[in-house]
Amino acid sequence: MKALLVRDLRLAIRAGGGFGLGLAFFLIVTVLVPFGVGPQSALLSTIAPGILWLGALLACLLSLDRILALDWEDGTLDLLACAPLPMEAAVSVKALAHWLTTGLPLVIAAPLFALLLNLPSAGYAPLVLSLLLGTPALSVIGTFGAALTVGIKRGGLLLSLLVLPLYVPTLIYGAEAARRGAAGLDTSTPLIMLAGITFGVIALLPFASAAVLRVNIR
Amino acid sequence: MSLWEYANPVKFMALSGRILPWAAWLSGICLVVGLIWGFFFTPDDFRQGSTVKIIYLHVPSALMAINIWMMMLVTSLVWIIRRHHVSALAAKAAAPIGVAMTLIALITGAIWGQPMWGTWWAWDPRLTSFLILFLFYLGYIALWAAIEDNDTAADLTSILCLVGSVFAVLSRYAVNFWNQGLHQGASLSLDKEKNVADVFYFPLLVCIAGFVLLFIALVLLRTRTEIRARRASALLARERMA
Repeated sequence: MKALLVRDLRLAIRAGGGFGLGLAFFLIVTVLVPFGVGPQSALLSTIAPGILWLGALLACLLSLDRILALDWEDGTLDLLACAPLPMEAAVSVKALAHWLTTGLPLVIAAPLFALLLNLPSAGYAPLVLSLLLGTPALSVIGTFGAALTVGIKRGGLLLSLLVLPLYVPTLIYGAEAARRGAAGLDTSTPLIMLAGITFGVIALLPFASAAVLRVNIR
Repeated sequence: MSLWEYANPVKFMALSGRILPWAAWLSGICLVVGLIWGFFFTPDDFRQGSTVKIIYLHVPSALMAINIWMMMLVTSLVWIIRRHHVSALAAKAAAPIGVAMTLIALITGAIWGQPMWGTWWAWDPRLTSFLILFLFYLGYIALWAAIEDNDTAADLTSILCLVGSVFAVLSRYAVNFWNQGLHQGASLSLDKEKNVADVFYFPLLVCIAGFVLLFIALVLLRTRTEIRARRASALLARERMA
């Protein structure tokens, strides 16, 4: 498992691995929003939590097809299926690698980008906390989507269509926590719900992803 | 004699062929009677005026939209557990009908909402969860369409249906948390003493029966078509082998 994780991380970080693409995308979304809605700082600070969450979600979505597509093409997945490691574990490791290379940088960068959008100072901690709790769910759900569409040529658009509805609960609770934080309200309820979704998804969804992957490899 | 006998396509075809005309005709009769009764022979509501009559399309289609997903969930489970092809094909056949019902519910709701709420659309929990349900249907159909191998497609879509159901329920509650509602409570429920007033209630029941029968007829028809298409492609494949 460790070897697989290290391998995935290395592949992602090295040139051509697409590391940092998600971050750059996130930055561009954040920069484009003021052009779209106007530079008034009062308006920006009210929509900042939502925009940051949406940007993080889209950046995550953009990198999903990399989780499995390359391994599918060069046959690594077939080897993994024959390996003594259960498919569920392999899928979980893949999701973890995706989170470490995409989700975690987004969480770390979010406060910087929040500066650009004039987020009220009370909102920083809830924003980071909600992203930290929520982005693992995005990676795990995304891995399920990637496993579903791995056998399909040009499955990128289909992947988004399948995954976006599944992201709805995570987005609602995450953005709600960030928004309440920015408004100075109590954030515990949405944060607890968000944590519930994330841990539930981490516990259960790898079984579905592994089942789907087995069907695709068959 | 058990239900599983009809997993045999030949038996299914025989039975469904006998049921289909009955379901179709009964549904036609119910819909014509229910809609005409509802539209022309019920009084206007004293506050909503004649707009109340859209209930005869809106409630049955919304009801069916949810129940068709439930039926797909059951047939997907049957496919995963017992691997009866008819079951997977029935799920495939039901999805486009579900999309149509969801659309009818959304559109009639918007048409009713314009004069009553003053807006075509509001981000109300019920409306939003229906929109999300619509997206789930679209994803399900797109996945069926994208995969060439029939058994792979059946496997993947049925797992998507299971996972999607969990997330649809999650979204339903998340959306409730996210925004307060404009939509009124359920118009009908089995455990309530009194639902809508009787004048509106009986034609509504006839309309619901009509929609249920319409769904049965359509899903049988589409499943039969799928089975025949499957047979035709099997024959073609055999010819190529020979």
